[in-house]
This record gives sequence, structure tokens and C-alpha cells, in this order.
Amino acid sequence: MTTIQRKKTSPIAHLTPEDIEQIGIELDAIRDEVMASRGAKDAAYIRRVIAWQRGLELSSRGILLFSLFPPAWLVGTAGLSIAKILENMEIGHNIMHGQWDFLRDPKIHSTKWEWDNASPSDQWKHSHNELHHTYTNVIGRDNDLGYGIMRVDEDQKWIPLYLGQPLWNFVNACFFEYGIAAYDLELGKNLATKKRRQDPGFKARLKQTRRKIGKQVLKDYIVHPALSGPSFLHTIAANAVANLVRNLWTHSVIMCGHFPNGVETFEKTSIEGETRGEWYLRQMLGSANISGSKAMHLMTGNLSHQIEHHLFPDMPSNRYHQVAPKIKDLFQRYGLTYTTGPLPKQVASAWWKVIRLSFPNRGEAAIRRPIEKKAPATATRWRRAEAPATETVAP
Amino acid sequence: MAVIRTLGAGAWRVVELITTPVVPADYLDVIAPLRNAQVLRAKVEAVRPETANSVTLVLRPGRGWVRHEPGQYVRVGVDVDGVRLWRSYSITSPPWRSDGRITITVNAVPGGAVSTELVRNVKRGMILHLDVPTGEFLLDETRPEKALFVTAGSGITPVMGMLRSALHEMTDVVLVHSARTHEAVVFGSELRTLAAEGRIRLIERHTRASDSGRLKPADIAELVPDLFERQTWACGPNEMLDDLETHWADGGVAERLRTERFRPTLLTSGGGGTVTFSKSGTVVETDGTEPILDSGETAGVLMKSGCRMGICFSCVLPLREGAVRDLRDGTLTVAEPGDNIPIQPCVTAAAGPCTIEG
Ligand SMILES: Cc1cc2nc3c(=O)[nH]c(=O)nc-3n(C[C@H](O)[C@H](O)[C@H](O)COP(=O)(O)OP(=O)(O)OC[C@H]3O[C@@H](n4cnc5c(N)ncnc54)[C@H](O)[C@@H]3O)c2cc1C
Repeated sequence: MTTIQRKKTSPIAHLTPEDIEQIGIELDAIRDEVMASRGAKDAAYIRRVIAWQRGLELSSRGILLFSLFPPAWLVGTAGLSIAKILENMEIGHNIMHGQWDFLRDPKIHSTKWEWDNASPSDQWKHSHNELHHTYTNVIGRDNDLGYGIMRVDEDQKWIPLYLGQPLWNFVNACFFEYGIAAYDLELGKNLATKKRRQDPGFKARLKQTRRKIGKQVLKDYIVHPALSGPSFLHTIAANAVANLVRNLWTHSVIMCGHFPNGVETFEKTSIEGETRGEWYLRQMLGSANISGSKAMHLMTGNLSHQIEHHLFPDMPSNRYHQVAPKIKDLFQRYGLTYTTGPLPKQVASAWWKVIRLSFPNRGEAAIRRPIEKKAPATATRWRRAEAPATETVAP
Repeated sequence: MAVIRTLGAGAWRVVELITTPVVPADYLDVIAPLRNAQVLRAKVEAVRPETANSVTLVLRPGRGWVRHEPGQYVRVGVDVDGVRLWRSYSITSPPWRSDGRITITVNAVPGGAVSTELVRNVKRGMILHLDVPTGEFLLDETRPEKALFVTAGSGITPVMGMLRSALHEMTDVVLVHSARTHEAVVFGSELRTLAAEGRIRLIERHTRASDSGRLKPADIAELVPDLFERQTWACGPNEMLDDLETHWADGGVAERLRTERFRPTLLTSGGGGTVTFSKSGTVVETDGTEPILDSGETAGVLMKSGCRMGICFSCVLPLREGAVRDLRDGTLTVAEPGDNIPIQPCVTAAAGPCTIEG
């Protein structure tokens, strides 16, 4: 993939600035309609999911007290894996987005929720809500693209180290919760210099993360195993597998959101002075959905509706399926590609990209297209790659 | 003892580790919502109609409840169409009930979100949210020799709480009560019985039935000639209380009159207003078009900020009082004193005077 600014044929070349603002107006209207209709049904939904998740977790852990017996181990591990996935995805992720803040229930509130994950929610909210959702797919700004450790774009200079990135990506997937904690801490940047290492803010956050991890590890690998007595080792294994399954699953879902074929990336300079319409457009082009059943939507925390989620990150997740047809229709009317596909296909597509980019560019992509530093209105800026040189104002 | 306590605390810490990152109470809440001392709740034990538009709720407060003083009120939280809304209600029961129950009496305000919900939809067995009792509208430790109560409509509630708690300690009590009709008098039969037994002097005024209209201080002076000699407690609409306060001040006995208001002073209509940042003490005049985040920052308030477009929730601060408007969809959020409603300063502007904790 190449940033939209460097593409030979831009997928949005046909849109005028007025079109883009009109898209913004239409999306605002879709948002307003749903947000105004939030109510008791939505409240019942999230409370039901939480109750189910807690029931499932509690009973799975109960069954794992007897994990010495293979059937108990299997059932308990499967149940706990599902419970952990639900907790992270449909519950934790979405609550921390403020989707349920409108309930004004401190027990289900973005500022109060703590999730079953290595990264403390405060830190995750900063890097995810603030950085990723604001700078979605902007190369050099959006950490979710993994540009810190990986080559995610043809325009990133290739070095031999990237040959190993399929392996890093797999390792990251297995230990994903720690990977998240690491980039919420911006470890790469903050460990680089002594000054940053000594920074009191960083040290406080490091301590917070260490404590969180400590508790998580104690719970999964000491307390619950100890409670299961003779099944000690089996419970350790069960909990490790549940965490692994959760990590692999969440990693896959997240890769599907922004990596598959058809998803666009953006230049750093292209978002300066972005209008609301342009912001919306970037979210539309920078995300991909996963098609599937109701169960799939639930297990992905409705990130299967990644496009809808990126357009309306604070809309209750149970409403994404309701707006999806309208969004799809909007894409169609404005001649844009609504990227979606079944999970295996999207995962394969994302992995293929990771593998492809671990090698140097080949063919056309090997020739870097020059782009100017500054430009006027964003709509023009975004189309610059194919605009005749006389139309670019930048000196 | 100390050993047991240490063991207990240790065991509890293990239980906390079992449930981390949530607290054990989150699981216990499902089966025993009243046991949670951190989150005060109440179970509705009975719903008794009072008039066509009002009910008395008998509540069993959970752990963490503190005994109230007669005249005090309690904040009640109820989920109205999914959204937890809090309102204040005077406690109408005496504090010494042996079963630990309390009662509140709610009058349905036309179009009122919480009062309508409590009067029409709350059923026995439901769980409500509760705060500890508070309020300065109190009787003195030494009961007054001569007392006067002036109430109108649902303003009778705190006074009923006082009468039920302390009437037996008072000898000369006059109650002037105004309601729309004879039937609309909340606690009508109980009050009339007290009057018939000669324990209070009850003066009822029915604004619908007679042409006399709203209760004026002059009317009271006529009915109760020795009013300035009496310790007086008044509760009712703001206009009535304003009138009374002026009258008592003119009579040079302002300190004999105590009032309880059910409604905040009216908000200025339209956008804009004075924003008070309670922590830093900064006060900013705003025109209602600029986000509170910008106004605060311009005034030098240190504020957390993130995306500045309403999606990241980094800047969320509690609205403690007043009204703000969501600049995106115009939603109005109103907080009464004691409220704590998180708002997003980056997409919210003042819609009247308001206090933000920041
Ligand atoms: C200290 C205190 C004690 C209180 N005790 C009681 C009590 O014992 N019993 C009781 O019924 N209420 C009591 N109230 C009032 C109560 O807290 C609510 O304000 C009232 O029930 C209306 O809330 P709502 O959500 O139904 O109306 P809202 O949805 O908040 O308001 C709807 C509309 O009704 C108007 N409105 C609000 N309150 C009134 C009112 N009292 N009369 C006429 N119009 C109104 C509003 O301006 C608005 O236009 C007390 C208030 C305070 C501050």
C-alpha cells in the first residue's frame, strides 16, 4: 500500500470539496439520529453482556478448579477464553470509548473502567482513543499501524531488519496484551534516552503498568491455580491458553481493521487543518470491516463494524449494525469502496501485506513519487498525486 | 482480635485478586445490591398513592445509610430510559423507624423526567440509587414554643417529616398550606386528623376552588396575626418564598424564617454564561459558542485535552452545577448542586451559569 497522496490514481479524485463536506453533513445526521434515540434498550444490552460475561468467567473458573480432568480443562479453558475476549472487546474497549457514558452509571463509565489486560486503561485510552482515533492511518502519527517496529507502508524505507517482521508480528500477536502495554508506554521512544527514562511522568506510568501486570499475573498464574489445589499446573496452563487465545484473536481483529487490501494510509502533512468532512473521509478510507454472523460481531466487540466505529467511536456498539446499511449506501453514492470481507480472508490479506512489506519494494512501487511539503485545501492536497504540476501552489 | 482482623484483611485481598480488575462487590451486587457500602442503594418496599399525582415510596436503604435529621432530603438516582438521573426528595418519615425504612413523597411535575418516572413507573422491589441525607432545613434542638409552617404543593414534604418526628415535642403549631384543590393536598387526611385532634392549627387554601389565588404574605398575616413571633419554616414555589423572605425582612425578623427551595434559580435562556472552574477558582464569561475547554485554556486553567473533537474523552470533567450544551447536537445537560455529571469540555459550551470541577 502507498499513502493516498502518492497513489497514481486516487480513490477520491472524483470528489469535490463540496462533496466531502456533504459527506460530513450526512454522517453527522446519521450520528445525531442514533445518538438521540439511545435509551433503556441499549442500557439493558450492555448490562446483559456484562452479566453474561461475568457469569461465564465465574463458571469457567469454577470448572477449572477441577482442570485435572481433561473435559473440565477443555470446557473451562474454552469458556474463559470467550469470557476474556468479550471482556476486552465488546465490554472494555467500547466502555473506554465512552460509548456508554450517556448512561451516567459510574460502574459502566469510560473514566472508571479497568479491563482484564496488561495495559492500564488510562494509558490505553490515551494511545488508542486520542492518538489512533485522531490520527487514523496517518503514517508517522498513528502508532496502531505499528510503524515503530514494522514496515507498514511502501514509502517506509526498507532495511534488512524488516525481513524478520512476519516473525515479530506473530510474536506480538501471541503476547499482544504486553505489546499494547509497551506501546501505550511508548517504550521504544521512552527507553531511548536517559532523559526520557528518568522522566517522572514516564516512571509513574511504568510503575502503574508494572502493578497492573503484577495483579493480572498473580490472578491468572498464582491465585486461581492455588485455589484449584491438585489441579494447580493444569489451571496455569488453562489460563495461559485463554490469554493466548484472547491475544491472538484481538490481534487478528485489529489487523483486519486497518491492514487489509483496500485500506488507505495518509501523509503526515495531509491532515493539517482538516475539516470535519475530510476527517470523516479519512476514517471511511482508513478502515475495513469483517463480515459475518451476529456471534462474530459480538466476539469482535463490533469492531467487525470498524468503519462505523471509526466514524462514530462513541456510538454504542450495538447500534453499528443499524447504521451500517446507511454507511454502505453513502459509500456507494459517493463512489467509494466499502472494504469488507470474511475474517479468514481479511486476516490473510493483512498477513500478506506484512510479509510483502518485509521485502524491498518491487516494480512500480520501487519508484518513489515526489510530493510537496505544503499545499492548499485538503481536498486538493489529497488529489495532488494526479493533479498537473501547475495546479499545486506550494513553492 | 487484631490477628483476626489482619487475617480477614488478608483473605479479602486474596478475594480481590480473584476478581481483579473488577472488585468483588461487582459480583456481589448481582445477588445483594444493598450490601455494598461503597455504592448506596435502596430497595422500594412499597408504593403508596397519596393523590392523583403523587406517591409515597417506602425505601429500605442499603449499607452505608446514615440516619437523617427531620427536614433533610436525600438524592435519589433512577435510570430514566437508560440514563441515570438524580433528584432531591425530602424525607417524610421520622428517623427512628425501627425497621430502618425511610419514605419520600414525590409529586409528578408535568413533563418532569424523574418525578414522572418515580410516580408512574417505579414498582415494589425495584432498586434505586441513593445518597446520604443532607440539608440545612432543620428544627432547632430546643423545639420552638410557637411554630409556623408555610407550605405549598409538594413543599409540604420536609414539613411532614418534621411534624411526624417532633410534633409531640411542640405545643403551638400552625400550618398554612396551599394546594390547588382539597383533593390535591398531599397528606390531606393525616393533616386534617392532626387538626381535628387539636394538635395543629391547619389553614388550608385551595387556589383552584376559591378565587383567592396564590398565597401572599399579607394573607398569612391576616390568618396568623402573631406570625413574627413564631419560628417559621417555609417550603414551596420560589415566588412564594421570595415574597415571604421580603416580608419577614421588612418585618425585621428575617432570622425567624427558614426556607427550603425545590428548584434552582432559573437559567438564563439561550447560550453562554459564567463558567466557574471550581478547583482553580477561575471564572470565565462565555458567549455560548466557544467550547468550555477553549474558554478555560484561554483563561489559563490547566486542563487535560486530547482530540478536541469529542471522541477521545481525555478532557472529561464533572459538571457540578448549572447547564451546558453539547455543541454538536444541542443536547442540554443540567446539574443540580451535588450532581457530578461528566461532560466533554471540548465540545460543550455554557448554557447558563455553570460550575465545572477543573
Ligand atoms: C432540597 C430539595 C428537596 C425536594 N424535595 C421534593 C419532594 O419531597 N417531593 C417532590 O416531589 N419534589 C421534591 N423536590 C423537587 C425534585 O427534586 C425535582 O426537582 C422534581 O421532582 C422535578 O424533577 P423532574 O425530573 O421530574 O423534572 P425535570 O425533568 O427536571 O423538569 C421538567 C420541567 O418541570 C419544571 N419543574 C421542575 N421542578 C418543578 C416543580 N417542583 N414544580 C413545577 N415545575 C417544576 C422544570 O423547570 C422543567 O421545565 C425537591 C428538590 C430539592 C432541591
